[in-house]
Amino acid sequence: MSAQAASMAPDGSGLLARLVLWFETAAAWFLGIVWIAPLLYAVWAAIHPTGYAARFELLAPLTLSNFAAAWDAAPFARYFLNTFILVTMILGAQLVLCTLAAFAFARSAFFGSQVLFALVLAQLMVMPDVLLVENYRTMRDLGLVDTIVAIGLPYMASAFGIFLLRQAFKQVPKELEEAARVEGLSTLAILWRVYVPLARPTYIAYGLTSVSYHWNNFLWPLVITNTVDTRPVTVGLSVFASTDQGIDWAIISAATLMSSAPLLVAFLLFQRQFVQSFMRAGIR
Amino acid sequence: MRSRATVHAWLLLTPALVLLAAFTHWPAVATIWHSLFTTPRGNRPARFIGLENYADLLDDPIFWQSLWNNAIYAAATIPLSIVIALAMALWVNARIPGRTALRMAYFTPTVLPMIAVANLWLFFYTPDYGLLDQVLRGLFGFGATNWIGTPETALGAMIVVAVWKEAGFFMIFYLAALQAIPPSLHEAAIVEGASRARIFWRVTLPLLGPTTLFILVNAVINAFRLIDHVVVMTRGGPDNATSLLLFYIYQAGFRFWDTALASTLTVVLLLILAALAAIQFLVLEKRVHYR
Amino acid sequence: MKLTRRTILGTLAATPLAASALRAPAVHAQAGTEIVFNYPVAVGGPITRLIDTLCTGFQQENPGIRVRPVYAGSYQDTLTKTLTALRGGEPPHVACLLSADMFTLIDEDAVLAWDDLPGVDRAWIAGFYPGFLENSQTGGKTWGIPFQRSTIVLYWNKDAFRAAGLNPDVAPANWAQQIEFAQRLTRREGTNVSQWGIQIPSSGFPYWLFQGLTTQNDVRLMNPEGTQVFYGDPKVAEALQYWMDLATRHRVHPPGIVEWGTTPRDFFEKKVAMMWTTTGNLTNVRTNASFPFGVGVLPAGRRPGSPTGGGNIYVFKAANPAQREAAVKFAKYLTTPERAAQWGIDTGYVAVTPAAWETQAMRTYVAGFPAAAVARDQLRDAVAELSTHDNQRVTKALNDNLEAALTGRKEAARAMQDAQTEADRLLRPFRR
Repeated sequence: MSAQAASMAPDGSGLLARLVLWFETAAAWFLGIVWIAPLLYAVWAAIHPTGYAARFELLAPLTLSNFAAAWDAAPFARYFLNTFILVTMILGAQLVLCTLAAFAFARSAFFGSQVLFALVLAQLMVMPDVLLVENYRTMRDLGLVDTIVAIGLPYMASAFGIFLLRQAFKQVPKELEEAARVEGLSTLAILWRVYVPLARPTYIAYGLTSVSYHWNNFLWPLVITNTVDTRPVTVGLSVFASTDQGIDWAIISAATLMSSAPLLVAFLLFQRQFVQSFMRAGIR
Repeated sequence: MRSRATVHAWLLLTPALVLLAAFTHWPAVATIWHSLFTTPRGNRPARFIGLENYADLLDDPIFWQSLWNNAIYAAATIPLSIVIALAMALWVNARIPGRTALRMAYFTPTVLPMIAVANLWLFFYTPDYGLLDQVLRGLFGFGATNWIGTPETALGAMIVVAVWKEAGFFMIFYLAALQAIPPSLHEAAIVEGASRARIFWRVTLPLLGPTTLFILVNAVINAFRLIDHVVVMTRGGPDNATSLLLFYIYQAGFRFWDTALASTLTVVLLLILAALAAIQFLVLEKRVHYR
Repeated sequence: MKLTRRTILGTLAATPLAASALRAPAVHAQAGTEIVFNYPVAVGGPITRLIDTLCTGFQQENPGIRVRPVYAGSYQDTLTKTLTALRGGEPPHVACLLSADMFTLIDEDAVLAWDDLPGVDRAWIAGFYPGFLENSQTGGKTWGIPFQRSTIVLYWNKDAFRAAGLNPDVAPANWAQQIEFAQRLTRREGTNVSQWGIQIPSSGFPYWLFQGLTTQNDVRLMNPEGTQVFYGDPKVAEALQYWMDLATRHRVHPPGIVEWGTTPRDFFEKKVAMMWTTTGNLTNVRTNASFPFGVGVLPAGRRPGSPTGGGNIYVFKAANPAQREAAVKFAKYLTTPERAAQWGIDTGYVAVTPAAWETQAMRTYVAGFPAAAVARDQLRDAVAELSTHDNQRVTKALNDNLEAALTGRKEAARAMQDAQTEADRLLRPFRR
């Protein structure tokens, strides 16, 4: 990367080039500040008393009581548990289902493969969110309304996942598969021993995308859940924030930070790996 | 042998296909069927009325307004989020001081739940003592603006939030693509005496083509899907100025319990998505080899 | 089975729900009657705890009945949840929902009239304030029992009054004074306004606050049968014009849509000197206002007035005979004078029976905090909240047009005529 950065440097290093660089730096930082502003504000509001939510004074007193109040005001522990179960369940199912399907599509054309692939790709455009009215009807008929399974079911077979893994599997050299076959491995064993390990970056990239998507998903869980026992963090947060009595940004900020902390921390720790997995996965 | 491979393939596909059929294909068809009936209420069952729901829809000003709003929303969020994502990726990939911190800043919206940040944006947009007004007053001496309480600015305010949410996520894809471009290509271009702008237009951008298409597909979907902030911040108001199609569907289906209207609206949305998909896949066919 | 699962998971999360499940003897859960009670409040927070306590207290008095409260968020969310659960086949047996949703619930064939249930006597129902019963009865039957009820009141900043040379203890008594006071309270610095005179929130459900203005202008918005609205009445447009003029002509009210959720904060930040909002905000204002404040009845136009608002207790058809009987016992338990009084003291909602205001606890409370009695005093002049068949949409027709007028996109009369046309279209099937 540094080699590339060096190669991008203007050779003449003239005044114009320096001006451009200066301008770009300013623009980049301006954008950066705008982009991080909500998070910075959330931190500000969360660690100061309510009265300072709209007043920015350097010496405002600090407090952690907003976190305590938010934690106290809603069963966040339960919501976290629900989200955790949900995200794990969806990811697990997606990995298995998409691997199998992608493997079928990647290896060779078979009778009906083109039509089926087109049917799968249809879901890229028609996300389950769009079909929430009908899907609600289905869940009701299945008796699954207000269950965590119902939040996850529509997303488990993911066209995005199938598409990505199929691309990754296609890049596996045929010779490897043939060698494994000569050794007497079964089809599933070949998938497990040859294809899956080679597609690891794709799995990581896709897994991270899936987790952050479902951690933050809102509309469908809002519709399908009724009780504390099933609500994920996002819906819990909205129920918590919509009151008759006006908005208290201090407590909402504290709740926001709490609810996004796990993802935020994970991202801070793994951000380099995150980008690299996307790069290696060839998602570009 | 060939038939055995086919059987294998079908076996592998069955679990995914069953779920796809149950929660994508079947509901898409069922919604067309249900759009031909009245809404059952209390002890009055649903009654077949043919295309009457569609006729009603044509007379529904909120539908037209939502359609128009969504068109503006899409026309603004799609190009804006893509261009900003590209700019971010180029900066973070090149020689801007502090690029690690910037990359983090750009990406944070992706991990923050929209539903939560919508409440924070509500503060930014609050007239007078909201952050935006405080900054504008400090810098330019502007007065108070009721950003989400005025029809002229409300939709724009929603667009800004959506772009803010999306751009960082798209940036990651561009960044991965940029880092995969062999440095030798740039070096060769520099040796040939090409300017930076020329390198960007002639070398970098064409190589980002497939990524752009991939991001475009995502951006188009999000333009019709991403309404969490509307639910929290404006509930479609003022006077439906921020009502988007999916929001209207949600409102019809789960606020008015008018399943007939909701199904009819869903069919319209599906038609729009199908048309957009057709356009995209025609372009995709030309640009990238799919199989 | 269900209980075990909930108990285990619930203990992990230490939800109040699980806590009450644990407190209830397991024998009753299996042998007795259980009623599911949907309640419109965000989980946690002080109100959840009050409801939990009430449920536990009820269970101790009535062994064999278990009440399972389900906290569902805002009124809108709770109604949505209740109706979707109804269609999903697992409706609650009792729920606290907006009194204004009475017709919706009747049309959905979801609720029972209380009058026909065993254990209900006329005297009990006659004991509630008539102002609250208006929204609870139609066709000679009582569909909702008033519980979490409110009205709109005026809050004012006494410091701001003093600074403007007004008597801090006297609120504007009529429409003309409201403008005059607001003019004196509006502070301008150049083109900027550092303090508005008055704020009437208009986001989300502007119809409710608007109904304050229409009532004061001596016009009703709907008939008691819920089949006809009178949006098109010239007096309605007149009331709207008054609201619009506050911002455009007198320039004492912020332009555009004023957010309901941020209005109390605007008041605390001294960005506005007088605000209209629910009595349910009393505790909030008391905790967060850094200045002395006053609470008064809304200023009178041709007459004084405000709509009532808030929630009634409904009993659902899904309840079996034992559960119906339990529901009656529970509703009676909640509305005894002592408990209604304590509920009002704890929450700021208006205690629902005159008897509650006669209790010792309430007398003591009002003596120390006279503002609490303002809402009660206003009840004499209160009218039923706007409520019709197909309520959500008939109300939306009004909301949309109010917002259009307040943002300067329609003339008052034109907006109200449009709302009338749309509402007529929606209500036609219910008239016959």
